[in-house]
Amino acid sequence: MQFFGATFTICHRELIRYWRDKVRILTTLIQPLMFLAIFGSGLKQTLAQGNFGVDFIQFMYPGIIAMNVMGVAFFSTVTTVWDREFGFLREMMVAPISRSSIAFGKTLGATVIASSQALILLVLAPFIGVKLDIITLPLLFLFMFLVALAISGMGLFISSMMRTMESFGLLMQILIFPMFFLSGAFFPLTSVPTWMSVIAKLNPLSYGVDAMRQILLGGQIPDQILAKFTINTIPVNGLFLLVFGLVAVSAAVVVFNKRG
Amino acid sequence: MSIIKVENLVKKFGDFTAVNNISFEVKKGEVFGFLGPNGAGKSTTINMLSTLLEPTEGTAMINGFSTVSERDDVRKSVGLVFQDPSLDDKLTAEENLRFHAKLYHVPAQAYQHRMKEVLQLVDLWDRKDDQIRAFSGGMKRRLEIARGLIHYPVILFLDEPTIGLDPQTRAHLWDYILKLKREKQMTIFMTTHYMNEAEFCDRIAIIDHGQIVTLDTPENLKKGVGGNIITMQSRDKRGLKVELEKMGHSKIKDENDSLEIEVEDGASMLPKLLREVRTPIDTVGLRKPTLDDVFLHLTGRKIREENASGKDIMRQHMRMRRG
Ligand SMILES: Nc1ncnc2c1ncn2[C@@H]1O[C@H](COP(=O)(O)OP(=O)(O)OP(=O)(O)O)[C@@H](O)[C@H]1O
Ligand SMILES: [Mg+2]
Repeated sequence: MQFFGATFTICHRELIRYWRDKVRILTTLIQPLMFLAIFGSGLKQTLAQGNFGVDFIQFMYPGIIAMNVMGVAFFSTVTTVWDREFGFLREMMVAPISRSSIAFGKTLGATVIASSQALILLVLAPFIGVKLDIITLPLLFLFMFLVALAISGMGLFISSMMRTMESFGLLMQILIFPMFFLSGAFFPLTSVPTWMSVIAKLNPLSYGVDAMRQILLGGQIPDQILAKFTINTIPVNGLFLLVFGLVAVSAAVVVFNKRG
Repeated sequence: MSIIKVENLVKKFGDFTAVNNISFEVKKGEVFGFLGPNGAGKSTTINMLSTLLEPTEGTAMINGFSTVSERDDVRKSVGLVFQDPSLDDKLTAEENLRFHAKLYHVPAQAYQHRMKEVLQLVDLWDRKDDQIRAFSGGMKRRLEIARGLIHYPVILFLDEPTIGLDPQTRAHLWDYILKLKREKQMTIFMTTHYMNEAEFCDRIAIIDHGQIVTLDTPENLKKGVGGNIITMQSRDKRGLKVELEKMGHSKIKDENDSLEIEVEDGASMLPKLLREVRTPIDTVGLRKPTLDDVFLHLTGRKIREENASGKDIMRQHMRMRRG
């Protein structure tokens, strides 16, 4: 019980901080709009005639969600580096609570921020021509949450090891690019070179995109075509994301315990 | 009863020994000071006593609990004000306190009352809904003290509570600290390298290179130095020193622009000295020994230069930047 109380308190603080930072709110609002505007109109014109057998915007949409969730989730975990630099981490470290409630609280905060931002994308979907079946929304949102959890856990693990904002920022830059392009967002991962598919197998984003695409397109296109893009079943994808998130948070706890 | 009991505590960072086999006890209700120069091992000791660092060797018992095997009990027993700032500047004063109270399991129905109590103690009640970034350095420090008290700890650790503050704010802060001792019989363990602050302590341990050089009340420590200190300035400082040595004074210290002589009874010695000395003297002074003299007496060095050290200036700068 105490564990959940402390986790909730720490998560709550993350949300208050987010809420007070108007620039952060604004950017998280604008980013998805920008994405949709660029991908929606730009790519649609040039790539609509692709040979996927499916409207490109429909194909891309899960990737856009994943990209947004990833960006916000990663960025939200930077608060750990910030807290270390500005001394607040010690205030938490010396409290009579477990280190895991600190790690889970921070991860949960980032997860909530990232997945609620993705809600905006869901609301806007119809306006850019993405066909959404209302019934799929809860499951779609569940996966937004799971992707956010996995990425937040990963971000927390990284930020637990970083001493400065600069190094955290640099590492994020290096990670975000390959993670996005090897997520299956732009091209299916079913027929790529082995090294690519190995990386994709370790990439939590690819599981999220895989699942969300099945949820979104299921029933809209013939099953044979959908099967061509699909790598794992939806439950397997969900399980991977959950386990990935938990392992990453646990790793962060280990680092907290070792390094303080 | 000893509320802090430290035995043969050692902390090594690699080959470097930051705290070297220290032992001491602190009684309930005492204000106990750790006095020492930069890098002496003061913060390292506090970090071990507050469970943030594990000792390499030795044991520390806080409020009857082991800092290694009963961490959570120790953590609940102590309030901490770190050397470096540790408030969330995006939160209001009240939110910072609430966060802390929740992590320390302060019952919800007791919170409002305690929050008001500690904020009034440090005169911040009317600022409770302001965000911390609008606070001055002294206000932040006071809030940190209030935060350290809201879970009703039995011991308050203060690591250089007044560093980077102007003299007036420092004096104010001391009023609060002494009020705590008076009104709550709080045990206070504090570190400082301001000599005049150490005077407020019931007992002080002087720590240097990770070791306790001496431990006693400020009065006794000063008595140990001798009766009085006579200071003399002269254009011919070296000649004056030679002459004084010929007269049989052995405890002469060469300060920047003056000589300091430790004597038993300064009031009767001074006129005699002035009559006998031939070297021209510009100014003379007579004063009681300070803790500075104690440190000098014991280690042969001054605890710190007149001007703040580079590290100190950097810290103050950091405080302002974080301000
Ligand atoms: N994590 C660490 N790793 C290596 N050395 C350390 C570490 N922490 C402290 N030290 C070293 O241990 C010594 C004691 O440091 P400590 O911070 O305890 O000094 P202090 O008495 O608090 O000094 P100050 O007055 O500057 O605060 C210093 O030489 C410092 O460089
Ligand atoms: Mg220190």
